Amino acid sequence: MTHKTASFVRNELIPESPPPVSETGAVKWMRENLFSSPLNIIMTIASLWAVYTLFNSVAPWFLNGVWSGNSVRDCYEILDGATGACFAVLKERWPQLIYGFKYPPSEFWRPNFAAVLLCVAIAPVLFSTVSKKLFLFTVVYPFLAFWLIWGGTILGPIVAFAGCAVAVLASRRLESYGFALAALCGFVCALVCWIFGGYLVDIGKDFLVLPSVPSRDMGGFMLNLILGTVCVSLSIPLGIMLALGRQSDMPIIKWICVCFIEFIRGVPLITLLFVANVVLAYFFPPDTNIDLILRVIIMITLFSAAYIAEVIRGGLAALPSGQFEAANSLGLNYAQAMRLIILPQALKVSIPGIVNVAVGLFKDTTLVSIISMFDLVGMIRGPILSSTAWNGVYWELFAFAALLFFVVCYGISQYSQWLERQLETDHR
Amino acid sequence: MKYSVILGTMTAAGLAAGAAMAGTLDDVQARGKLNCGVSTGLTGFAEPDASGVWQGFDIGVCRAVAAAVLGDPMAVEFVPLTTKVRFTALNSGEIDMLARNTTWTFQRDVELKLEFVGVNYYDGQGFLVPKALGVSSATELDGASICIQTGTTTELNLADFFRVNNISYEPIPVETGNEAKQQYFAGACDVYTTDASALASARAAAADPNTHVVLPEIISKEPLGPLVRHGDNEWGDVVRWTLNALISAEELGVTSGNMAEMVKGTNNPEINRLLGTEGTLGEWLGLSADWAQHAIAAGGNYGELFENNIGVNTPLGISRGLNAQWTDGGLIYSPPFR
Repeated sequence: MTHKTASFVRNELIPESPPPVSETGAVKWMRENLFSSPLNIIMTIASLWAVYTLFNSVAPWFLNGVWSGNSVRDCYEILDGATGACFAVLKERWPQLIYGFKYPPSEFWRPNFAAVLLCVAIAPVLFSTVSKKLFLFTVVYPFLAFWLIWGGTILGPIVAFAGCAVAVLASRRLESYGFALAALCGFVCALVCWIFGGYLVDIGKDFLVLPSVPSRDMGGFMLNLILGTVCVSLSIPLGIMLALGRQSDMPIIKWICVCFIEFIRGVPLITLLFVANVVLAYFFPPDTNIDLILRVIIMITLFSAAYIAEVIRGGLAALPSGQFEAANSLGLNYAQAMRLIILPQALKVSIPGIVNVAVGLFKDTTLVSIISMFDLVGMIRGPILSSTAWNGVYWELFAFAALLFFVVCYGISQYSQWLERQLETDHR
Repeated sequence: MKYSVILGTMTAAGLAAGAAMAGTLDDVQARGKLNCGVSTGLTGFAEPDASGVWQGFDIGVCRAVAAAVLGDPMAVEFVPLTTKVRFTALNSGEIDMLARNTTWTFQRDVELKLEFVGVNYYDGQGFLVPKALGVSSATELDGASICIQTGTTTELNLADFFRVNNISYEPIPVETGNEAKQQYFAGACDVYTTDASALASARAAAADPNTHVVLPEIISKEPLGPLVRHGDNEWGDVVRWTLNALISAEELGVTSGNMAEMVKGTNNPEINRLLGTEGTLGEWLGLSADWAQHAIAAGGNYGELFENNIGVNTPLGISRGLNAQWTDGGLIYSPPFR
């Protein structure tokens, strides 16, 4: 009996074959994510159709866009009945959109230069890898930028800076005698410095003068950026003080902070802006005007400080009480404990909230168009939309404004996400 | 200037409290600039051009006053104001006069303590419709959907008009004039109603203006004019008679072109008085004798201002209509220069 042997024995491995088409690559991904069930198939097709229609209607408008011409009539002529955007308005009114319509064109380099310097000044604040020596420049920058954008003699900003510097030095010297005394002395020193400096400025009116540009002539996206940057950087320290004040054991300070925060949060920003613009004018004698931009900066700063205070209070509340006790047991006084132990942790937790407020604030700066200031939106809504030459152009301008704001706000939010990853805010 | 804002304000406040009591005319002459409140942008009436220089019909009034008072039509600081803040700016002294398409009403004149010095444009509410709609009169608009700005007198006028004519309509409320234009051209409403001058600007914004028509009915009175604060009659007189000088100049045939000729002397004593070659009208106003010459040279007489900024040969294409001289069947009428 012959031994029945298998007629075929594979004695080598089958070569690895690629997975079936439906289980790999794009096809698999689509099957799993787009066409996994009848409902999903319907949804996918509907979405594709929606995207296609949207694209189909926007693309010709965008691609046919006319970039040359001096009025909307020229655009219509070039398009000759076809759909298409009239981007020529952006080209012709570019300086107005960016700087407003009254900033002297020969001085455009000044805000430009200030913007470049802003990037330098802000770098050490945003990125820990940048040399700490740059902080010196950051400290000087606000005064330099003021001189560049508003012009006038350089002595003014120098005196203002000297006053601040004297205040800081004085309070440093007196820090060991207690925080409140140091702060008070610093304030008095600064005041003395400013008063005497004021005379100096009056004498040296013609020293290193840039042609001065009044606040009323500021406008365009530049105004949004000025308001945004100044208000964010002022409202963070103010917000920290309010948050600490609200947690304070001293009843008067606590109640002042509580009332302030609750009042501001209960009032719309636009109301505050109207107060700044309209009501304050009645409180001063005729012909005395505190600069309109300054009034608006104060109001927006107070507004966002209240919101930031609440965000930071949340950060403080998130800290375990052991941290406060540990700081006390090390023998640190209140200011030191806050500066070295509490705030670094609390602020780290509050970053997303602060960024949220900052982005909101930056977009809220467009509200100033309602009180006759010509920021980017004010420029579009007022002079440009109603000019005879561009009467009828609409979407192009607002799309452009949206793009500018998107770029800045998206940048801020990406930075904050990066910063959170750097700092690892989840308590692992 | 802003570095010692707080200190500066306190000192300045003290000084200004004393100085502010002088008359507006003296203030303007001392300052060397006229602060004129204008619209933030209204086609043909007030609009900064690409180089930031203000142009327009209302702007012309400001420039004429500046020329009459200061001799220089460019010595104007234009303060653009939204409808919400315009009267406050005038009453708080931020501006010397307001030339901003403002309707002369009882409430504004009496309750808000403002002083309308005259009318430089007789406006009224009208209707803009596409030609394709095939309507020739507003009374044929039964059942039409109408774009209308909310919270304005135009809304109330519209309701009255349709009630009186016993026809129905469907209101499409919008917030701003620009939004209304957009809605109307997108076909969201059959009809757009607002002041006739704004309708002309909306019509000019169309890709092909000839496909739209403004119906003949005007259903409200909107006399627009420059205004000043109550209580400074000398200044009010200056602004009033500058406007009248522009109007009289047109009536008397004095233009920016032939004025040099007329200054040499004419047989018409009123022209001579107007141009200051006879009489002492300028002195009575507290101005130089040739004040009206400057005012007319600034942008031309009333008719020239009208034709150059909003007239039939501009994109707005507004015909004189009610704004013709009284001698041509319009309402524009200046008291005599005597």
